[in-house]
Amino acid sequence: MTYDFFYKLFGSQVIAAIIQSLLPLFVFILPFALFAVWLERKVSAHMQDRLGPMRVGWHGWLQTVADILKLIQKEDIIATANDKPLFNLAPVLVFVGTYAAFAAIPFTSAFIGSNLDLGVFFIVAVSGFVVAGILMAGWASNNKYSLLGAMRSAAQIISYEIPTVMVIITIVMITGTLNLNTLSQLQTGHFWNWMIFGGPVFGVSKFLMIPFMIISFGIIYISTLAEVNRTPFDIPEAESELVSGYHTEYSGMKFAMFFLAEYANMFAVSAIVTALFFGGYQSPIGYIGHLLGLPWLVPIEQLFWFTAKGLFFVFVQMWLRWTLPRLRVDQLMTACWKYLIPIAFADLIIIGLITLI
Amino acid sequence: MLTDFGRIFAFMLIAVVFVVIAVLAAKFIRPSRPSKEKLMTYECGEDPIGSPWVKFNIRFYVVALIFLIFDVEIVLLIPWALVYKEFGFGGFLIGAIFLFLLGLGMAYEWRKGDLEWVKPKVIPPVLKKNPVTNEVEVQA
Repeated sequence: MTYDFFYKLFGSQVIAAIIQSLLPLFVFILPFALFAVWLERKVSAHMQDRLGPMRVGWHGWLQTVADILKLIQKEDIIATANDKPLFNLAPVLVFVGTYAAFAAIPFTSAFIGSNLDLGVFFIVAVSGFVVAGILMAGWASNNKYSLLGAMRSAAQIISYEIPTVMVIITIVMITGTLNLNTLSQLQTGHFWNWMIFGGPVFGVSKFLMIPFMIISFGIIYISTLAEVNRTPFDIPEAESELVSGYHTEYSGMKFAMFFLAEYANMFAVSAIVTALFFGGYQSPIGYIGHLLGLPWLVPIEQLFWFTAKGLFFVFVQMWLRWTLPRLRVDQLMTACWKYLIPIAFADLIIIGLITLI
Repeated sequence: MLTDFGRIFAFMLIAVVFVVIAVLAAKFIRPSRPSKEKLMTYECGEDPIGSPWVKFNIRFYVVALIFLIFDVEIVLLIPWALVYKEFGFGGFLIGAIFLFLLGLGMAYEWRKGDLEWVKPKVIPPVLKKNPVTNEVEVQA
């Protein structure tokens, strides 16, 4: 484990913990956000038969870096009507909620911030910070668009949390663990051991489970889309009516922090879906490291597979964004309370019965 | 000795420090030339009308309330989901009864219309012919 390595290197647990918590931010989230913003613009452009950013670097790959440089130079406006302390606190809270979730995500078998036995439960709980931060931003902005956006966003995030947690419970029922690292280890071997294909136990129940696992995956993917406020569930920041929702009043670096948190959150939910259903960091086809007898290669391959799977789901999120129209508020609530939750209920009971076979 | 949650605390600390440093670092670079118009609340360029802290849809409150009930029940379900297999079918039945009650509550909320978002209800006017005078009347 990386933590033990740093502990041996520095001889202090506190320094080891701090260095290890710097790693996901600088090695992963910041490069990922830079790449994802660029990818989003390119994907949207190509889907609409445009070119997208082309000027800065090859096919505009340095565009986001240029954007960051621009954002640093932007004036930070705090309007006279804003509630200053809450206004300043909100981006911190949103980012903390997002980043704390990364503590329990296993990137490889050699790196997990904190090998919590509560794993998924902790992630669901800590994402409540984000709701508080968004509400705080909306309220402190003293702006009609912001407040409406924040209220909608909060209602949406908490509503869609219920189907998400129900699907997590079905997975917990099958595997009997909440620890994401253990969950990923369970799905080792080849891709037919992934939870979407009924889990590692071979038998009748595995085949009975496959259709219900696919339904569960659909539910959790739709709900996580809503939880990160992506289209078709981006009614909190519907540009045509609410300017940009709860961060209308923000500018400069504070806006950048909201943006960063949003993209980090996109990856976080994709990573959770990956860890629950698609084997986490496990390779679908076995490891070259095992084949060549190089054990140090395995974690690197795992990191590659984890990133690849996570990025794929992020790409699907972007794909959906530029394909589907936006839902209305009442449709949004109907989709959650009248479709997803009853289906998740039935799914949970049926899977419970299957596990008893 | 640092526990698992101690490491999570380090994560949160780093997140706070990162945001604070990023915002403060920008402070040395960015300009600061506030004017009255810039510091006005944004309302598409017009002067803001009234306070935004007004009454909003009561549905948000109802949704939050239903969520609270569901969330507490889900928290109760997680320990059950971890151990129910040890008790065989009986263990499953207990959870199923609990889920059934939860579903009953959900059905009640649904029937009561608490899951309904406010929608304008279209009531078409009913036209009725008076048999004596042969005049068409509109009934509300």
